Amino acid sequence: MNAILSIILKRLMVGVLTLFIVTIIIFGAVELLPGDIATEVLGQAATEESLNAFREKYDLNRPLHERYLSWLGGAVTGDFGISLANQRPIGELIGQRAANTFFLAGYAAAIAVPIAVVSGMLAALYNGSVFDRMLSSSTLAAISFPEFFIAYILILIFSVALGWFPSLANVDVGDGVGERLYRTFLPAMTLTLIVLAYMMRMTRAAILNLLALPYIEMAHLKGMKRWRVIAVHALPNALAPIINVIALNLAYLIVGVVLVEVVFVYPGLGQILVDAVSNRDVTVVQAACLIFAATYIILNLLADILSIIANPRLMHPR
Amino acid sequence: MQNFMNNLRDAPVSAWIGIAIVVIYAVLAIGAPLFAPFTERASVGVQYHPWSAPHYLGTDALGRDVLSRLIYGARNTVGIALLTTALAFLLGATFGLLAATLGGWFDAIAARVVDVLMAIPPLIFALLILTITGTSVLSLVLVIAVLDSTRVFRLSRAVAQGILTMDYIEVARMRGEGLLWLIRKEVLPNAAAPMIAEFGLRFCFVFLFISALSFLGLGIQPPTADWGGMVRESAKLIGFANFSSWQAATFGLAPLLPAGAIALLTIGVNLIVDWVLHMSSGLKE
Repeated sequence: MNAILSIILKRLMVGVLTLFIVTIIIFGAVELLPGDIATEVLGQAATEESLNAFREKYDLNRPLHERYLSWLGGAVTGDFGISLANQRPIGELIGQRAANTFFLAGYAAAIAVPIAVVSGMLAALYNGSVFDRMLSSSTLAAISFPEFFIAYILILIFSVALGWFPSLANVDVGDGVGERLYRTFLPAMTLTLIVLAYMMRMTRAAILNLLALPYIEMAHLKGMKRWRVIAVHALPNALAPIINVIALNLAYLIVGVVLVEVVFVYPGLGQILVDAVSNRDVTVVQAACLIFAATYIILNLLADILSIIANPRLMHPR
Repeated sequence: MQNFMNNLRDAPVSAWIGIAIVVIYAVLAIGAPLFAPFTERASVGVQYHPWSAPHYLGTDALGRDVLSRLIYGARNTVGIALLTTALAFLLGATFGLLAATLGGWFDAIAARVVDVLMAIPPLIFALLILTITGTSVLSLVLVIAVLDSTRVFRLSRAVAQGILTMDYIEVARMRGEGLLWLIRKEVLPNAAAPMIAEFGLRFCFVFLFISALSFLGLGIQPPTADWGGMVRESAKLIGFANFSSWQAATFGLAPLLPAGAIALLTIGVNLIVDWVLHMSSGLKE
């Protein structure tokens, strides 16, 4: 037990270290500018006084490491400083939007995960059947279609032709859960279709590997019923790789959300990130990138730790 | 070469479909001025001309011919994606092969740097860097090439490490072969098949990535015709589509045409990649 614990602890340390380095990259990237934010925002024609006033306002006069530490400290408590574009506190700008983004990603995951796991298992059990081959070709479509292609096909069918769902997912703070689920159905569906094929493939592969093991064959040979072999012998061992698959795909989902939000004009973090990039609103970009990157790293870390717990072979690294 | 021709003759239907798609795109891209009825930038007709002669796929909001822009888009989008992939390969494969062959501290540092770069989702990283550099084709190509080279690095390093454990490499080293000779003559020929397949996969990834950025308005900038940007420009039209008449329905297809062009090429390349991987893995039906 101690061996697992120390490996998990080690992995956790690496995760925290990675997160730390990533915050340095996100904060430090701005320093790559030839001048600094002040000269970049105010332009070549800015006077010395206005530059100094700007630096004073955004606290640019202190040395880099001090600014980094206060930025990091603020970020942990949800205070990301103020936006360059409209001088409003960033925490206020992105708070609700971050919640919206996580809502959308969670919604998509809630649809995609059960479907993917069940159909991935079925594909593995009926390996080589028509259903299995259909799944293989749908993976090809999933890796080939850009997100917006899927999104516009869905809009054309379900919004324009059939009129079942709105094509714009403009949710408000006051909307109830039912209203929200209805309005964000198409974006959630798009995200689902993007990750579904991957998850099914990975689940299928995990189960197929498992079913090839001698102890499953033994169980069959003992004369056990097929469902019992799967439910009692295979499933407990399959759970771990499947959880790993889910965590990895959630990490993918959290980034895929950016494009989908733009297509559906959904008031989320991705939308504000894209707007901030085109306005070159550096402080907002830093805050949004930090949230996305941190979520991504944490989910990947989770996937790793779960697979360590699940896989006894990883307990003895060579 | 003889071997390659034999392989080509035995290629499955899916591979032939892939090859046909890629060849058609390549011909259109190279001969864009010959095939396109109009130029990519000039306004040549009324706004939103329906699908009829002389504008067979209509015109866009500025009266530019959509068919011509699609054909020129093949040249711009695919050209930039190819350039970026080539650059990513040059970077990633050079460092990957060197890291595997040299080993030691060079390998350790390169691997750590790549670990950190891969810990950040590529789209988020690209958006961060593009904020700072501003959106231009040059910075787009460089940023994506560097981000993508991390994947190439991982693969080429792993492949090379597998090859380097073989006995004949040991012999070559004892014979006193130099580093470059060793990489070029002993390692590279054996690493070729997985690397070719990887090139196809990386191209698809880069191509989709650039299209996504252009769609967000942060990639290739107008008035240059490119498919991601065209989807963005025509996205609003989908709201005006209705199925009362054939002409009105075509509005709904406006963003789907460039998006579909992207999807079709990616499918074609993937079909070829599957075939190459299948051949190199030595599996026979």
